[in-house]
Amino acid sequence: MDTAKGHFDRNVLAEPLQNDGISRRIFLKAGAAAGGGLLLSFALGCGDSDAAAEIFAPSAFIRIDRDGDVTLIMPQVEMGQGTYTSMPMLIAEELEVELSKVRLEHAPADEKLYGNPILRSSQTTGGSTSVRAFWEPLRRAGASARNMLIAAAAQTWAVDVDTCRAEKGQVIHVPTGRSTSYGTLVGLAATLPVPEKVALKDPKDFRLIGTPVKRLDAREKVNGSARYGIDVRLPDMKVATVAACPVFGGKLESVDDSKAKTIKAVLQVVRLDDAVAVVADHMAAAKKGLAALDIKWNPGENARIATTDIIAQLDAASKNQGVIARKEGDVEKAMAGAAKKVEAIYQVPFLAHAPMEPMNCTVHVRNDACDVWVGTQVATRAQRAAAAVTGLPLEKVQVHNHLLGGGFGRRLDIDGVTRAVQIAKQVNAPVKVIWTREEDIQHDLYRPYYYDRLAAGLDEQGMPIAWTDRVAGSSILARWAPPAFVNGLDRDAVEGAAKPPYTLPNIQVEYVRQEPPAGMVTAFWRGVGPTHNIFVVESFVDELAAAANKDPVDYRRSLLDNSPRARAVLDLAAEKSGWGQKLPPGSGRGVSVQFAFGSYLSQVAEVAVAKDGQVRVQRVVCAVDCGMVVNPDTVRAQIEGGIIFGITAALYGQITLKNGRVEQSNFDNYRMLRINEAPVVEVHIVQSAESPGGIGEPGTVGVSPAVTNAVFAATGKRIRKLPVNPSELRSV
Amino acid sequence: MAYTVRVNGMDHVVDVDGDAPLLWVLRDVLGLTGTKFGCGIKLCGACTVHIDGQPVRSCMTPIESVGKAAITTIEAIQGTPTGKKIQDAWLDLDVVQCGYCQSGQIMSASALLANNPDPDDAAIDAAMAENICRCGTYSRIRAAIKQAARSVTRRGG
Repeated sequence: MDTAKGHFDRNVLAEPLQNDGISRRIFLKAGAAAGGGLLLSFALGCGDSDAAAEIFAPSAFIRIDRDGDVTLIMPQVEMGQGTYTSMPMLIAEELEVELSKVRLEHAPADEKLYGNPILRSSQTTGGSTSVRAFWEPLRRAGASARNMLIAAAAQTWAVDVDTCRAEKGQVIHVPTGRSTSYGTLVGLAATLPVPEKVALKDPKDFRLIGTPVKRLDAREKVNGSARYGIDVRLPDMKVATVAACPVFGGKLESVDDSKAKTIKAVLQVVRLDDAVAVVADHMAAAKKGLAALDIKWNPGENARIATTDIIAQLDAASKNQGVIARKEGDVEKAMAGAAKKVEAIYQVPFLAHAPMEPMNCTVHVRNDACDVWVGTQVATRAQRAAAAVTGLPLEKVQVHNHLLGGGFGRRLDIDGVTRAVQIAKQVNAPVKVIWTREEDIQHDLYRPYYYDRLAAGLDEQGMPIAWTDRVAGSSILARWAPPAFVNGLDRDAVEGAAKPPYTLPNIQVEYVRQEPPAGMVTAFWRGVGPTHNIFVVESFVDELAAAANKDPVDYRRSLLDNSPRARAVLDLAAEKSGWGQKLPPGSGRGVSVQFAFGSYLSQVAEVAVAKDGQVRVQRVVCAVDCGMVVNPDTVRAQIEGGIIFGITAALYGQITLKNGRVEQSNFDNYRMLRINEAPVVEVHIVQSAESPGGIGEPGTVGVSPAVTNAVFAATGKRIRKLPVNPSELRSV
Repeated sequence: MAYTVRVNGMDHVVDVDGDAPLLWVLRDVLGLTGTKFGCGIKLCGACTVHIDGQPVRSCMTPIESVGKAAITTIEAIQGTPTGKKIQDAWLDLDVVQCGYCQSGQIMSASALLANNPDPDDAAIDAAMAENICRCGTYSRIRAAIKQAARSVTRRGG
């Protein structure tokens, strides 16, 4: 345990934002509090008075010490999406403290305190839920603490609480101008009851929320001091790297490690059922040792599986009736009476996540305890995984969360924690397990391959009177959240398909579950269900517009009478993009509209298709209505980045299998969009008083159909299968 | 065997195989974790450091090839004139998201600016295309380099 405690500071995000020396000293005290359960005892209302006098912790999210230093405990993890700025903004708005003075700390694994109200109270960061989930609780936490501090001041001065107000970490007695800092009130405030009800600010009084606040985690990320999971360093720590059977579901048969063991700094070879790891003093030796192993795998039943087999299975499955996700009107009758029928099959590939920080996890297993250092979107799942492998009770497993070098859904799964603990169980020291990029890509849990059949019946004017969409693919929810998988319906798999924003009088949407070969696991990927469905729906609507010989924007517009927010973003994107203005030959504009994660977006992409079929996205204009905005600069950044992420997938992304093995391995054959290929992105935010919507994923979701619809406008060729295949667009 | 490497102005003796990549010597032996591992085969730029002022991918730089050259990492880049400017511009425009690739981005950008005080878009593309950002911060990277360049040229740099 000494080891763990000694390095607790590495779990804390903040290199102090200001007053370096002072903050560091205070931090150590506060850190011990968090690790030792002081915070918990406060939250449960049974803290002893000595401790209460030291630190004021009115909720699981806030700690104020005698020096007035404010520590905010972050229930949601930071993986680039800016939550370590927006969450503090929500608290600081009501607590009346300066953001530059707060310190941030990763929450420990504790679902009771840090559960996400939107995601079944699990301690999960995902689904673009952070602001939506914590919009009220964190403001309430801030307001409660402020009220208690004001009450403490009023009691101290023997004045009416209504004559006092809070500002910049101080309570001020308005009639006299007398003031005192929060630090002086900590002792008394800690003895006061937490108010059951507090009034929240009227949005018109917001001073922080809605303003472009600079990221609180930026400085440490430009000077190299930010600590990601992979940066953990512990006394006597070893480094390991792992190779799993390259064929999904295969096993380790034998390994000859005689050469590896002669390599300097190689310490140990760990054999597992389906993998082998080399433990060394450093990663250079671990990698060299792994390369020197002579491994024999037993590939098992998937030895001959190829992507084409999986597609054939999906094709067959999608011919069967699925589970009904939505049924309105009489589709068959309407289809029979249609003037024109349009049908299409859409396919999207398996995708790896490829966050820039490769998978890694550091574990120290002892007889009576286990510590896990990792950057995870699911701290309590990580804790349970380590407990399961070690056989230790949950409370003996400590998860020390870290900054995430990208999540994108990859770190919603704990396969890496499980693997690292399996290895660490055989190592008599703390061990950091690092996946090489190749292992990371070839043993990811992949975005499912989806295979969707659509049909629409159009009336004499070309408008849809019948719409069917049968989604076929594996179920992530059935694996990841079984209680959410009800009656065979995976709601994530059909999200974005079941309820398009358009007026569609007769609609039937179905889901057919078809899993890939055992051993290949599918998982959430940035944009989850909507990433695939919005591509399909927005492409198909574009097909209908073309079949009706109508302008894609006009066509969508006429279907959006019942969705004014969707229509408004469409109009704004069309206007800002110069929709309708002439483009040079070989270029085209495409549009998409979406409602997902509580936010409305419309994107217009401009592409140029070269004679060799290469597609270049030149410009993307995005109009977004995500309700009330917490940090407009974060909204912009997330749209900008989400669009790049989506274009990468649309143009390059696919994981394919041959002989049961993933064919891609690194950034040469699993390409990423680079700066010289990146379009200009313009973001236009609609002023809105609606409840906040999510913003981490929407940008990714709608850009692929905007791009492929633009390719259609440029070439007349409809892309129904991602990624875009340049050989099909070649004009010479 | 033992190698003496000069990192951020200090000599260190490291006892590793000669083919050990500089990246892991920096991270695992010297504890300088600001330099990141991304791909291991010079495809992503996360591991970029300066060797005698030039940007180099440390993941495929054997320690035995470094000799007496001066290595600069992200931890010391603020001590160089262009490094500080680049960092300031990065903060001013809030470039970072997850931040994992940004050490490498900043190392590449500060070397670019040291070699070319007023890079145009083509020069930025050429110098930065080897650095992947999965969060997609490219437009801000471009803008921040231009802003840093303006602050360099304004001072007659």
